[in-house]
Amino acid sequence: MSDHEYTPKSKVGKWFNDRLPLLTLANHLTDYPTPKNLNYWWTFGGILTFCLITQIITGIVLGMHYVAHADLAFQSVEHIMRDVNYGWLIRYVHANGASMFFLAVYIHIFRSLYYGSYKSPREVIWIIGMLIYFLMMATAFMGYVLPWGQMSFWGATVITNLFSAIPLVGESITNWLWGGYSVDNPTLTRFFSLHYLFPFLILGLVVLHIWALHVPGNNNPIGIDIKKPSKDTVPFHPYIVIKDAFALLIFLLIFAFFVFFSPNILGHADNYIEANPLVTPAHIVPEWYLLPFYAILRSVPDKLLGVIAMFAAIFVLVILPWLDTSKVRSTVFRPIYKQFYWFLVADVLILGYVGAMPAEGLYLLIARVATAYYFAHFLIILPFLGLKEKTTPLPLSITEPVLGGSADMAMARNNSDFKEKL
Amino acid sequence: MKIFLKITFIFIIISSLISSRVIAAGEQQELLKVDWSFKSFFGKFDRASLQRGYQVYTEVCASCHSLKHLSYRNLAEKGGPEFTELEAKAIASNFEVTDGPNSDGEMFERPAKLSDKFVMPYANVQEAIAANGGAYPPDMSVLVKARKGGANYIYSVLMGYDEPPPGMELDDGVYYNKYMYGNKIKMSSPLDDDIVEYADGTKATVDQMAKDVTTFLQWTAEPHLETRHKLGFRVIIYLSVLTVLVYFSMKKIWSRIETKV
Repeated sequence: MSDHEYTPKSKVGKWFNDRLPLLTLANHLTDYPTPKNLNYWWTFGGILTFCLITQIITGIVLGMHYVAHADLAFQSVEHIMRDVNYGWLIRYVHANGASMFFLAVYIHIFRSLYYGSYKSPREVIWIIGMLIYFLMMATAFMGYVLPWGQMSFWGATVITNLFSAIPLVGESITNWLWGGYSVDNPTLTRFFSLHYLFPFLILGLVVLHIWALHVPGNNNPIGIDIKKPSKDTVPFHPYIVIKDAFALLIFLLIFAFFVFFSPNILGHADNYIEANPLVTPAHIVPEWYLLPFYAILRSVPDKLLGVIAMFAAIFVLVILPWLDTSKVRSTVFRPIYKQFYWFLVADVLILGYVGAMPAEGLYLLIARVATAYYFAHFLIILPFLGLKEKTTPLPLSITEPVLGGSADMAMARNNSDFKEKL
Repeated sequence: MKIFLKITFIFIIISSLISSRVIAAGEQQELLKVDWSFKSFFGKFDRASLQRGYQVYTEVCASCHSLKHLSYRNLAEKGGPEFTELEAKAIASNFEVTDGPNSDGEMFERPAKLSDKFVMPYANVQEAIAANGGAYPPDMSVLVKARKGGANYIYSVLMGYDEPPPGMELDDGVYYNKYMYGNKIKMSSPLDDDIVEYADGTKATVDQMAKDVTTFLQWTAEPHLETRHKLGFRVIIYLSVLTVLVYFSMKKIWSRIETKV
């Protein structure tokens, strides 16, 4: 954290702050110098914090009424939907909240990819972020199992079976995960326990994520290092707070639309059929946010290699700061990378699409090409492009966008006297 | 604000991805579409249709299909068929439930009360399967939500009985249905004209009964649908007003420094 001095005005405040510097922390958070050119893609950090808190609060309430037992889970969910006061609202917020959480996290991650926020000195923020993302996927997967519908049961069966691909010990590990010889009550109870635990691990990592962010400070759309505080920055409160609040409200409007008018569109109809180990659904598909990885998994003919490919697809993101060799952060100044960036976005969307389709014929072929391209992007294109690409000139500061003579420059200079106005 | 166009754009891509999944997965014939009163932002149930739908359920469907997540009290609750409490009590008392043990330690039969769950047609799944030629008549409580296409699907299946196309061989106890997955269904056409007699004088055509019972099943699957729509509308209005207020506050605050937001 930045080492600025802060003394509380009141005597009590000073007494307390000398013993536990919470007021210093609060002061740091309010004054935290933030680049003033952050665009709306930067508001998703706040939105994600909101999502996490919402999931935790609604989840705790659901946990009061839910019964984690193979014979009672489905019924208890219906009890929540019918008889608990506003239970339908709490459950629909929680279920759609997971989708909104992932929507926001994907935008947040792709923001980072576009503006090079993962690069030095922000590698640790990025890695913690990837850990959060990984835990989110685990949490969401286990949460989807809890209603004990058909997709819950069969999704759990497919995913836990992946571990049986591990040579020698695979089967033992799978049985250990299940707590038996198939997905059954012991699996449900442990998933419930872990589903309750993981969000708090995520919360802890979020604190570290923000802490690590506050050491170098925010990246910004032009990706250059800036002096803090300076005329390039604004204090977090009220400038960023109000902007985050505005963006959050827009996000909430979309969220509310799903919850109140289309609460089941993001789910699968089969999950309103009680789990039945004797009947396999025609197509077993995970929730939409896991589809790209599901596509990668299925595109490899060998089971073990498929599992490795799926985990590698996440791991390759973890080591991204060292795969991207370009010193320039923002894509704004990287004309060739910009094209590859959009190829990657399209590639991931295509993977998501074919992940929802049966793995056969043309879909399988597309999935294979898209999987190959996904890895090629990170393992071949990024390392080489960073060395070869000719980037456009970087500006010296935010207030003087381009060194030399941009049309905005004179205006920018005139406008940069915000300090006097404050 | 340009950025929001982009967000909306991405949002549309994602939602179209999801809906395309729904469309592509359904190989069978396109479902019949009904202009249901409960669709749309202000959608509400047609009360008379719900009551008629209950009649169709109880006189036709209930001999095989359970509604195990519902209680008789639900019939009198707001947002549902809204029978009066007396009517609901009368309905409940037509059914016998096993209660107990009493002070002698014995189970006994008594007429159902409002607080009782709907009485199931079969004692257990095995009995249901045995009585229906190997096919389990699914519980109908959330059936509408458990089928792609929802209410339209239920309605279509009810209307979809037809002569099998030439060349299609059907086993005994298997019937042809245009909208059923694989076009084969083990339930014979449950509805015939005037199979029930509506108290309100509505003519009991197959189409009318299919609509009524589907409306009823939509309610059993989503008993709080009306509250949800009503509350949702208020939430959207509240959020919209707040968004506008916060937008102008933001403009005001950021006007101190001349960077556009």
